[in-house]
Amino acid sequence: MVAGMSHEVAVLPVPGGNDHNLPLAGRTGQTPFDYPDAVRMAKDYPDIVKRGLQMKKAGNAIVSFLGGREVHPINVRVGGFYRVPAKQEFNQLAEKLKWGRDAALETVQWTAQLAFPEFEQDYEFVALQHPGEYPFNEGRLVSNVGLDIAVREYEDHFVEEHVPYSNALHSIHKGRGAYFVGPLARYNLNFDRLSPLSQEAARNAGLGQQCRNPFKSIIVRSVEIVYAFDEALRIIEEYEKPEQPAVEIHPRAATGYACTEVPRGILYHRYRIDDEGLILDAKIIPPTSQNQKIIENDLYRYVEQAIDLPEDVLTWQCEQAIRNYDPCISCATHFLKLHIERE
Amino acid sequence: MVIGIGNEYRSDDGVGLRVLRALKQKALAGTVLIECTNEGIDLPETWKAASVIVIDAVSSGAQPGTICRLDALAQPIPAELSFQSTHSFGITEMIELARILGQLPARLIVYAIEGKDFSMGTALSTEVESSVQQVVAQVTSEIQGGHQYRSTAANGPSSGMSACSTT
Repeated sequence: MVAGMSHEVAVLPVPGGNDHNLPLAGRTGQTPFDYPDAVRMAKDYPDIVKRGLQMKKAGNAIVSFLGGREVHPINVRVGGFYRVPAKQEFNQLAEKLKWGRDAALETVQWTAQLAFPEFEQDYEFVALQHPGEYPFNEGRLVSNVGLDIAVREYEDHFVEEHVPYSNALHSIHKGRGAYFVGPLARYNLNFDRLSPLSQEAARNAGLGQQCRNPFKSIIVRSVEIVYAFDEALRIIEEYEKPEQPAVEIHPRAATGYACTEVPRGILYHRYRIDDEGLILDAKIIPPTSQNQKIIENDLYRYVEQAIDLPEDVLTWQCEQAIRNYDPCISCATHFLKLHIERE
Repeated sequence: MVIGIGNEYRSDDGVGLRVLRALKQKALAGTVLIECTNEGIDLPETWKAASVIVIDAVSSGAQPGTICRLDALAQPIPAELSFQSTHSFGITEMIELARILGQLPARLIVYAIEGKDFSMGTALSTEVESSVQQVVAQVTSEIQGGHQYRSTAANGPSSGMSACSTT
């Protein structure tokens, strides 16, 4: 999970923008939210940016150590790994992760003191839930409005639909419409599964067990990064080298269903395979697609309350409202064209 | 040190790796050759105090196959030379971040090759394929000839600091 979370770290020092309603921005001097990107922020806050990059590297280190390569890991296979380490081989990695855990705790503190717009909606949060762990790769799909299904029932409850103004499909819950996946969903539905250290970090940051303001997702992401490092260290501490690096797999013609909590939220994947294990067809619905509708809803509602701001400020804040979801789009700073028709 | 950057599963995005592998065939003495498949987050540690050449694909709207040679210490990487990906910083951001954090190497030359096709696949487009040999030749010449090498621009920008040529 840290490897996945390491992605989120790259987002952390890339904040949104200026908001004249924010008390911090009203004073002289720039706040972290006043910078369009990490590169410009690095001039005034080099240590914060460096820390973010180092945390990302710590996460990458897990993937290279276990996976053999940082991107497109080669040591993983169906059923496990080609080679697994001896216990003492983890020592160097553990040192990096301990540093990372401390850095993540500092990061929670830092995000907690940023100022955020007041913005909350009545969301349906959807996430995995598991009795024994903060959700990752197993469990049932649940929501705060009563959803409780096995992963294999996903397509009975969620569907992708075309909308006339966009090439992107919108995922909706049949019957209830837009829904919200990602860190806030995980956090709100699974707070009690976080490690004690990460729960404490959340409390110290002023977060309750529920957070419904997407602008505060940066605090929740930081808490999850604390958890990820904490959990990785727990796994290392309890690790015993298994006798075999992978379980034996005997493919048969069938359909497999899975749902994984990736940094941005649930990723549903389904594969139909033949009796040699070759994939005949696959369906993959990533979290950013699933959040498409809720991002648009947020923009609509946010613009309603912020419409009187100067256009450049409003554009900036709308970009921030979109970035709250850390969508899989280019890191281009100004990707949004705002066109306002006033009557 | 020569660093080839790219993703070989995204067609022209793999050109940096292709050039790097061609250079490996040449057994250049005293030169470290590195393949980089991520956004370059480890580069500041890797390239400390070295004399570095980086090779990567770009998407700037120029003619596919255009080769631009930039001296990254002399000037910032132009914004139009986008190395961006959909999942993280690109190498442009890493270089600019390294500049601000004081982590650039002693010398940093960037070869940016204009890509045409970044879709899923392992083949280079024809235009980019034909640039590979030229970049290999230029980089080899640059390494073997010391730091005197300067490319002649067929239609480069007027600044004189960077030079772009179309094959």
